Amino acid sequence: MAKYLLLKHYRGAPDAVNNVPMDRWTPEEISAHIQYMNDFAARLEGTGEFVDGQALAPEGTWVQYDGEGRPPVTDGPFAETKDLIAGWMVIDVDSYDRAVELAGELSAAPGAGGRPIHEWLELRPFLTEAPTITE
Amino acid sequence: MDELLLRRLTPSVLGALVRRGADFAAAEDAVQDALVEAVRVWPADPPRDPKGWLVTAAWRKFLDATRADAARRRREELLHDEPPPGPAPVADDTLQLYFLCAHPSLTPSSAVALTLRAVGGLTTRQIARAYLVPEATMAQRISRAKRTVSGVRFDQPGDVATVLRVLYLVFNEGYSGDVDLAAEAIRLTRQLAVTIDHPEVAGLLALMLLHHARRDTRTAPDGSLVPLAEQDRARWDTTSIAEAVVILQAALARDRLGEFQAQAAVAALHADAPTAEETDWVQIVEWYDELVRLTGSPIARLNRAVAVGEADGPRAGLAALAKLDASLPRHTAVAAYLHERAGDLATAVKLYVEAAGKASHLAERDHLTRRAARLNAHRRR
Repeated sequence: MAKYLLLKHYRGAPDAVNNVPMDRWTPEEISAHIQYMNDFAARLEGTGEFVDGQALAPEGTWVQYDGEGRPPVTDGPFAETKDLIAGWMVIDVDSYDRAVELAGELSAAPGAGGRPIHEWLELRPFLTEAPTITE
Repeated sequence: MDELLLRRLTPSVLGALVRRGADFAAAEDAVQDALVEAVRVWPADPPRDPKGWLVTAAWRKFLDATRADAARRRREELLHDEPPPGPAPVADDTLQLYFLCAHPSLTPSSAVALTLRAVGGLTTRQIARAYLVPEATMAQRISRAKRTVSGVRFDQPGDVATVLRVLYLVFNEGYSGDVDLAAEAIRLTRQLAVTIDHPEVAGLLALMLLHHARRDTRTAPDGSLVPLAEQDRARWDTTSIAEAVVILQAALARDRLGEFQAQAAVAALHADAPTAEETDWVQIVEWYDELVRLTGSPIARLNRAVAVGEADGPRAGLAALAKLDASLPRHTAVAAYLHERAGDLATAVKLYVEAAGKASHLAERDHLTRRAARLNAHRRR
């Protein structure tokens, strides 16, 4: 029983095999992709492994504290930022192997030509509460 | 309204339904519905025989549900076959439920969820909150688990070791949400110890009680970890410790040693020491030798290396550690600690930082980072 974050990147991940930008897919290919993602989430809910999934807008704002009594500074987005998160899914699974298996399935989502994107997904374990028995 | 009484009665009520011929999955749902009704009705109209009330209510819910299903014929057969009321073999039913919910065909997380619901009487929502997953996900996990064991015969004898592993997992999850899982694991293990006479059940119960007795001293008010040596021993729960020691001694006297008894023996030696300095590390090493012999577990070997470091000095501990696979969880943290004890602070700092990066628990990571920071500050002085 361990929670993992599956991170999908707009930018910053190594190149996918089927690396055609989404705006050059056919509308049917986009629908098929979205359907695949929805089906995947629904299936994980059915197996009792789904925790959360969210998509993020590509454009965000950088915010920074600017001292007592002053409004925070905002800036960006910065085009040069290397890492840009597109969305995530949180899963709760019995093992690391299972997490890898599921990430692999998600990475097979269809893209251009209906072929799997082979997208690189980042798999990150959650830090958990300390167990009761440690020594 | 005594929620704990309801939860205590859950397994025997469920057992009674299954014995009457209800299939496990449907019976389990019916018992949950009956519990909800009890919570609603009992405050104004408490029953004289709570268990009888629950069995009747749950049986009615079961019949309603099967009536709603297409399984009308099966229900009618059941009505005819209903056994005469009489004293049910409660202990047997409860034990069978433990076996069923820990069946080897279940994954660990499914077995845990099913045990908490069907034996523990917790609601799906409570279990979901305790494990920080959505209620819908936990509901699916439980219903899949029920489907997985639907073909298992209820009267089949099970393996007590699988049950103990599930209870150990529940206990180790500690505390999150509104359910105290450690306390619940102790309650379920205590109940199991009543239904089956087995030294390892006693061993696990003793182990849980000994760790639970120290729980309040394991974390500082700010949530940071307090290592065993720095815990305020005056605040350990001596009643629990005394109870655990009696249980453990009776189990050990039967000369059927197992891993939980050996782990409990280590915990008892810690609990026994009035100060950290007075800990009998030599005996603790011997118990870890037993544990390594019994399980071959790399974790036991790692803990043994720590104990050797205390019994024979940090150099001996490092020598024991050198024989182990460096990729073991917490291997780097142990190495850092032993180097610190040996006075090699530069290596210790480097290893603490590395160990913090590898830690899988938040409080442990913070603890290791603090240790590194403290040594750095010390070296600057």
